[in-house]
Amino acid sequence: MNFDYDSEQNDLREAVRGLLARAYADSEQRRAVVKAEPGFDEKTWSRLAEMGLLGLPFAEEDGGMGAGPIEVAIVAEEIGRVLAPEPFIETVVLAGGLIAAVGTVEQRGEILGGISEGTTIAVFAHAEPGTRWSPTAAGVTATQSGDGWTLTGVKEPVPSGARADVLVVSAVVDGGGTGLFLVRGDASGLTRTGYRTHDGTRAAHVRFESTPAVALGTGGDRTAAVERALAETRIAYGHEALGAMDTALRTTAEYLKTRKQFGVTLNKFQALTFRAADMYVSLEQARSMALWASMVQDAGGDVVQAADRARLQVSRASRHIGKEAIQLHGGIGVTAEYSVGHYTSRLTAIDHLLGDGDWALARLAAAVDSYETVDPLGAPYA
Amino acid sequence: MRLRLSPELEAFREEMRTFFTTQVPLEIRERVAAHRELSKEQYVEAQRVLNAAGLVAPHWPVAWGGKDWTPLQRHIWREEMQLACVPEPLAFNTSMIGPVIAAFGNEEQKARFLPKTANLDIWWCQGFSEPDAGSDLASLRTTAVRDGDDWVVNGQKTWTTLGQHADWIFCLVRTDPGAEKKQRGISLLVFPMDSPGVTLRPIELIDGGFEVNEVFFEDVRVPAENLIGEENRGWDYAKFLLGNERVGIARVGATKRLLAQAKEHARQITADGRPLAEDPRTAARIAEIENELVALELTALRVVANSADGKPHPASSVLKLRGSELQQAATELIVDLAGPLSLASFAGEGSDVPDWARAATPHYLNYRKVSIYGGSNEVQRTIIAGSILGL
Repeated sequence: MNFDYDSEQNDLREAVRGLLARAYADSEQRRAVVKAEPGFDEKTWSRLAEMGLLGLPFAEEDGGMGAGPIEVAIVAEEIGRVLAPEPFIETVVLAGGLIAAVGTVEQRGEILGGISEGTTIAVFAHAEPGTRWSPTAAGVTATQSGDGWTLTGVKEPVPSGARADVLVVSAVVDGGGTGLFLVRGDASGLTRTGYRTHDGTRAAHVRFESTPAVALGTGGDRTAAVERALAETRIAYGHEALGAMDTALRTTAEYLKTRKQFGVTLNKFQALTFRAADMYVSLEQARSMALWASMVQDAGGDVVQAADRARLQVSRASRHIGKEAIQLHGGIGVTAEYSVGHYTSRLTAIDHLLGDGDWALARLAAAVDSYETVDPLGAPYA
Repeated sequence: MRLRLSPELEAFREEMRTFFTTQVPLEIRERVAAHRELSKEQYVEAQRVLNAAGLVAPHWPVAWGGKDWTPLQRHIWREEMQLACVPEPLAFNTSMIGPVIAAFGNEEQKARFLPKTANLDIWWCQGFSEPDAGSDLASLRTTAVRDGDDWVVNGQKTWTTLGQHADWIFCLVRTDPGAEKKQRGISLLVFPMDSPGVTLRPIELIDGGFEVNEVFFEDVRVPAENLIGEENRGWDYAKFLLGNERVGIARVGATKRLLAQAKEHARQITADGRPLAEDPRTAARIAEIENELVALELTALRVVANSADGKPHPASSVLKLRGSELQQAATELIVDLAGPLSLASFAGEGSDVPDWARAATPHYLNYRKVSIYGGSNEVQRTIIAGSILGL
């Protein structure tokens, strides 16, 4: 058992941190980028590709680097640290993860190769109005049509859905079950309406009207693959949140040391410093759980339950730290001009993308009576 | 990064588990599991079993019966002990005065005290807190004045845990009232509790128990050879000792055991025609405490896996703070599961209320102490804000 990064992982972290620190040296740079379409910096995206980060978890024969979940977590945390708006998790971890898991050799080679090179942005179109956080589809249906398929229905909100070159779409297949399909951005019968979201990223309303699609992989019910990919993505978002919480806390501590009221700096007020101390406790507890979840994934353990545990811990910490970071700043914390409120906004978005804390807790509670104690180093995790 | 324990550590864990669950008398472990007070004889018996196997104080120097273990091995040792409901070696002996004598005592003191301390032939108690010196320990006022070959001690200590069983006391006393800083003029003396001039007065707690005491000193004569370390360096030894006190204070294994018991209790109590265990709110409450406890166990593992270089891990302060909160959350949960049965706290033999429900509220009330002792949680927040966040 060992919680330390090895030297290659440390090098990776330094390299990613350096790249993103140059791209988003201050919050003004990020504000300018997220104001313009497509909501992230295409040049930064290319640099991430040049560094090999966009193919990090893919097999080498699919054009990737063959790295593991720990490396993915390192990149995600650095993204969170500066709130980089590039859709790394959406494209590489979620859509890429699904394609890697169920795609044919040709699909993997083409799309994962394109993602790795930075030329293809793929996203998972899965959420539907009126449902939430389910591994199955309900409102988009797939109908077999000759060799291919057509899709009909609405997906929304789809992160980066308007910019994406390829959509991985979940849909109800004839005879029940949730299938996965590939739809090109220029497909007929596809209408995408993009919009800004509160955290500076982009999402889209995506309408399919007999839109031609290709089955991802060999077809059939893919609910289990979706559940697994969502779990792995929850873990990655947990690391992004960790980076964001770390910066939110550091920024807050720095502010308490410099901002003066009543003739003294705010860190003279124990009512404030104690609250900052509690934020640190929340952060470190979330860090322990997020690191562990990645290690469970790496070890081939029960990634779904580990992801639920991390989701609950990170959700609670995100809300605590996000809200306190603003409160301890005072009015400036709710201005768009200052950085810290944007961290809270992004943490709030992450918390609702793939399941919030109460959602994870309900899943854990349903199983809590089926075992006596938890051994995080033993079955079913290790 | 690697999740699994090495095969060697897996074997070590198994060895500890087997020892604790087979060699320590079941009757004693059941008493611990039921959260009932142990007799002095039971404490002594359990500690002697550990000592005979060389498992009583692994953090001591090897020459005095310690093991050359890593912090991770010591963590596993402690967790397995708690999971098996083995009473831990008396902290005053093995975590507090033992390491201080081993580090700062002279050879004669080591030979005189350490073997008996390990074997609980001497039961030690702690003379630190005073009525006006709690979290602000350095304000203590008990004095020791040199008179020939003796020190003469006058004053009062309080919160002296299990002092009623104690043979000896280790005591912080003011030996230089004129010192520039109040921390400078303090020394560490040890002396028998039956010395003339020592009086013990038990303090009844809100759970009805008597685990702490006041101790009064009136012209107690202590031979000069009973000074530990150097005169007026007592504060350094106290800090060293309290550093040891924080080790293992997260008590993850013990809280894990509490939650396992809570699950069992929730199956036994019926509400609205079904077991409480099937009530989603109850299940969610258990699951949330359990998840936070998993996070704490992982934080503890991060700390021990990383503290080999001797520098304390910054996250170590989280352990006391969150560890005490979770112990309290678990004891509160069990009172709530007991519901109205919890009122039968002092019911006798003829009661139909199960023992766990009778013990629930006294345990919960008693455990208000865990966020106060060992550096109150407010002291921990001050440490985090100051030394970690730089506030």
